[in-house]
Amino acid sequence: MGFKSFVFAASSALALMAGGAWAKDSVTIGLQLEPPHLDPTSAAAQAIDSVVYSNIFEGLTRFMGDGSVVPGLAESWEISGDGTIYTFKLREGVTFHDGSTMDAEDVKFSLDRARAEDSTNAQKALFEGITAVEAVDPQTVQITLEAPQGSLLFNLAWGDAVIVAPESIESIKTNPVGTGAYTFQEWVQGDRITLARNPDYWGEQPALTSATFKFISDPTAAFAAMMAEDIDAFDNFPAPENLPQFDADPRFQVLVGSTEGETILSTNNKQPPFDDIRVRQAMAHAIDRQAIIDGAMFGYGTPIGTHFAPHNPAYKDLTGKSAYDPDQAKALLAEAGFPDGFETTLHLPPPSYARRGGEIVAAQLAAVGIKAEIINVEWAQWLESVFRGKSFGLTIISHTEPMDIGIYARPEYYFQYDSKPFQELMAKLTATTDADARAAILQKAQEMISADYVNGYLFQLAKLGVAKAGLQGLWENAPTAAIDLSALSWTE
Amino acid sequence: MTRNLILGTALSSMVLLAAAVSFLWTPFDHAAMNIPAKLQTPNAQHWLGTDHFGRDLMSMIMVGARTSIAVALVAVGIGMGAGVPLGLAAAARKGSWLDELIMRGNDLVFAFPSLVIAILITAVLGAGAVNAIIAIGIFNIPVFARITRGAALSLWEREFILAARVAGKGAARISAEHILPNVMNLLIVQGTIQFSLGILAEAGLSYVGLGAQPPTPSWGRMLADAQTMVSFAPHLALVPGMAIILTVLGLNLLGDGLRDYLDPKLRVARA
Repeated sequence: MGFKSFVFAASSALALMAGGAWAKDSVTIGLQLEPPHLDPTSAAAQAIDSVVYSNIFEGLTRFMGDGSVVPGLAESWEISGDGTIYTFKLREGVTFHDGSTMDAEDVKFSLDRARAEDSTNAQKALFEGITAVEAVDPQTVQITLEAPQGSLLFNLAWGDAVIVAPESIESIKTNPVGTGAYTFQEWVQGDRITLARNPDYWGEQPALTSATFKFISDPTAAFAAMMAEDIDAFDNFPAPENLPQFDADPRFQVLVGSTEGETILSTNNKQPPFDDIRVRQAMAHAIDRQAIIDGAMFGYGTPIGTHFAPHNPAYKDLTGKSAYDPDQAKALLAEAGFPDGFETTLHLPPPSYARRGGEIVAAQLAAVGIKAEIINVEWAQWLESVFRGKSFGLTIISHTEPMDIGIYARPEYYFQYDSKPFQELMAKLTATTDADARAAILQKAQEMISADYVNGYLFQLAKLGVAKAGLQGLWENAPTAAIDLSALSWTE
Repeated sequence: MTRNLILGTALSSMVLLAAAVSFLWTPFDHAAMNIPAKLQTPNAQHWLGTDHFGRDLMSMIMVGARTSIAVALVAVGIGMGAGVPLGLAAAARKGSWLDELIMRGNDLVFAFPSLVIAILITAVLGAGAVNAIIAIGIFNIPVFARITRGAALSLWEREFILAARVAGKGAARISAEHILPNVMNLLIVQGTIQFSLGILAEAGLSYVGLGAQPPTPSWGRMLADAQTMVSFAPHLALVPGMAIILTVLGLNLLGDGLRDYLDPKLRVARA
């Protein structure tokens, strides 16, 4: 081979490589947390849904990126006149990744498993109103409710309500077998999970043939990995301070959207002095939300005055009820018998909204005399001592489940708000199917918890997505924790 | 006076002075947040700039020096307080079961990587300055015990000790009156070195979140907080980083200088 032909061969090899790089048909997505396992129906961990929701597992209905609920494995449904019987017609020709068909028996198995007495489902309340699930024929499922329930279709769209197969349930945590557009390939613990396109998918074939979820917990490492283009997108970038840099770089796009995460200064309502509403009100007025959003989140986030997502049509802006007013806070504290303030604890889990937000909250509370001792905890510790043990004064946490105002009707829930009128209101909500009537009740509920100053309402967590410029189809908002791979594609 | 000694003394006293002055005065309240004024680079008002909460870095460094010095100093105190008597006792009863017990105990503590165990101790006892002191202090004990025993052993062979024994003094009295004064130079030098290591260890523990808790400023935590902002606000990391470097460098130079200065052999040479 002469020199010329060598150069030619080398350059054509280079051209081939470049060509390969252009026709990109896979994606690598960064996630901050690694899922503990891959069964969305038995754990609350968001990271599970991020990987499997709509990719591996599907439910009867599903969420879209804009938060709407559309048909999933159920093609259509009919609701009986009194609103207690839902008849779902399932799609034809849906198979699980192991080749078996998905039929009404699988739906019955999945829902019965989720609502069973010994079920470990993290959101059992979703299924509470269901009295029976019946397989009428292989393509038809009938769900009978105790009373009309306006939220059933919404509830069935959750990752906790996906359809699983009895044949593969034993190994679901390590080898999930679903009906989705992607099949599970490999999980290298501590590093990545790989999925591949499912050639037998019932719906449209997605554009990308494979996807890798890479787990990078350290924000600095996440920044470096994005900058080095080792990963194509980061679902929710952990360091808001770095976003302006991505924004200024033509290689990247920044997608700022909303999540369902109400970030609150959770207050132990049973622990003195927080059992006194004047103390809680004083704290609400001692907090300057905008300072927290600017200082902890670098401006990303929407102030909230109650436990409800601002992008929801039924949202009511109640931030004025707890406007920043340290003088009023001091007066209220004096009235409650704490003219010199008091001491308490502030437990902070690892995310920066909590750690940084907590430092600011502690400084703001200190300004009115409340000395909150900061205790930084890891997630396991937080779940153990705060969430389950209820031994805390204050904590900062983002409640990321959609439409979760119902937790205030659970007196045993960790912040221990026990109000009969609110519980009755929620019971009424469950029984109401009319959309307008539901919205009215939801607004009343928002007002009630805001007027009771149950928790300090800080801000709605923003979703901070970073991706390479050519990646299309990413969800801007996060109506639920999910990364819908089938919507993704690369532009030239 | 050597150059090391002068430079070391200068740097070390600068840090001590900053810490001392911080009790009376700092340019701003070190804990006062002013979020609109965040991430300022050094300027006339904020000499070292401001952090991500708009706190004055100069004030934080000064108060942070207090934390570092307090933790390191008490940790050295624990090490000397427990280590020196153990070392003296081991030397006085050389070869006995007591000597064996003390020295094998030392080996045991030495065998562990100190910072890792310090992290373990603070993780178990809970994060905080006091637990950081305990964790760092424990690892100072064998250092002082070993150095004291080594120096004391050779002293026990000397004639003046023999004279003291002939005069009827017991081992404890000899250790206190004759051995200790003669190993003091060595201990001061070692103390300076351990002091600088203590400051490093405190910064390390704070960096991983196990040292002094907010709002108490600490150099290590300032570094950790700055980590994601290095790319656009490098002064946030440079300021506490330089503070740690200059302090540790100063103390090491001081230790070196003191060793040269106090060494009797060199003193003869100088005379």
